[in-house]
Amino acid sequence: MRVLVAGSARGVVLKSASPINFLGAVDRSTGVITDGSHELHGRSVRGTILAFPSGAGSSVGAYTIYSLKAEGAAPLAMVCARADGTVASGCAAAGIPLVASEEAYDILVGGAEAVVDTSLDVPVSRA
Amino acid sequence: MELTRDEEEALAGGAGEAEQAAYRILVAAGEAAGAERLVPVSWAHLSGVNYNTIGPAGERFLADMARTARFRIRATVNPMGYDRDSVDRYGLPAPFIEGQESIARSYGVMGAEPSFTCAPYDVLDMPAGGGQVALAESNAAIHANSFDNLHTNKESSFTALASAITGKSPLTPLRGGAGPDAEVRVRMDDPDELECGLLGYFAGRVGRESVRISGLGAPDRRRCKALCGGMGTSGTCAKIVLGEGGGDCEAVDFGREEARAVRDELDTADGGDAIVLGSPQLGPQELADLAARVGGRRFTKRCIVFCPRAARGAATDHLEAAGCEVLSDCCACLSPLITKEAADSVITNSVKGAYYLNAGGVRTDLEPLSEILRGYLG
Repeated sequence: MRVLVAGSARGVVLKSASPINFLGAVDRSTGVITDGSHELHGRSVRGTILAFPSGAGSSVGAYTIYSLKAEGAAPLAMVCARADGTVASGCAAAGIPLVASEEAYDILVGGAEAVVDTSLDVPVSRA
Repeated sequence: MELTRDEEEALAGGAGEAEQAAYRILVAAGEAAGAERLVPVSWAHLSGVNYNTIGPAGERFLADMARTARFRIRATVNPMGYDRDSVDRYGLPAPFIEGQESIARSYGVMGAEPSFTCAPYDVLDMPAGGGQVALAESNAAIHANSFDNLHTNKESSFTALASAITGKSPLTPLRGGAGPDAEVRVRMDDPDELECGLLGYFAGRVGRESVRISGLGAPDRRRCKALCGGMGTSGTCAKIVLGEGGGDCEAVDFGREEARAVRDELDTADGGDAIVLGSPQLGPQELADLAARVGGRRFTKRCIVFCPRAARGAATDHLEAAGCEVLSDCCACLSPLITKEAADSVITNSVKGAYYLNAGGVRTDLEPLSEILRGYLG
């Protein structure tokens, strides 16, 4: 379990089985996933606990994560199975709590509530 | 990750807000990658320059940073959205130009050189004797690790910016010289530059951080560049090791069939409204070669050539006389100059360019340069 950006949040989980390429797949001002080939096409990441296996694609995606926060369209927190530098640096610049853990990613259920609190011994749990 | 006392202090805010933000970014990215500590780097190449890619929030972020942040090391920048010499001809909206100029100004104030290139290895002096650098443009990072005797992570826009501010970057296993985690065995003879782009794209999906490519011999500079461009587009891989392997990692074959499968994904048109060359931007050698092959003929179709400003010279003059639009400071990827409103489809030999053009709704006819010159010179 790696806490990459500290913080806490409680919300409904939006879970993806496939990686997310923030640059190109997510609208930076609304949070809607616009990539027609993505399983979450048409859904919004705004106000969710976003769980996904890893980031993908362009390193400029870090700016997309920052923009989501600046536009009020960001997830409350993110949980990745494997973090990469693009997602980690984007969340760090935006101040979005980020935990990297296969186990935490596995226990989260799409549509159910979850709690992320990096000050706890178990930072990610189902509510 | 182990930090020195000075680094801890900067992370706590003791060296100001910009340094604190930079260390937060480096620590998060370093922890994600399993880095032990930070190492000094001598050069940072920054992405996140084109207003199309970072938008108004990114523009404001950089304007805020530029109030206090100053780069400690050499910093160069990726392409922006247009060539200032010809921007009037493309009818870009005023807010785009204002946003773009603000971004260029912020990077300049912080101390970046106005290189606006995605092929720094073609036009800049590489650090002598190798060493640690931080390059955010993926094809340039792969080129640095594979062909320029340098070490870099495949940096994000923010980690490279943080490295420019602090002069440091996470010491990851990749920087430490970790070997390939996968191998691609080339099963075709003498692939051209388009096939090398397809090979790079394929290999980027096979390898995680570093990939061995065997059976390719010694590709020329153009083919190496195509490999890096293709690989940077498809995955997270940051290094190519050319040569025969020791059978120490998982291996997959790349032959005609695999090449065709990748090509089918990105070869989405038959013909096009224009020819687009230079993704990554064409360097001096490629421009001179193109000018020589064009000779006294002219393109029978609109032809747009992207190159670094520093590569302009007799060859670009020749190409302009042959009817090409030669554009500097920008590139084909996510360019506001080539939109789906302006072109249904374009013809290109670049796998990287094809990926981003398709993502922006412009279909692409992928052809090797030899075929493009055979078909469209009159």
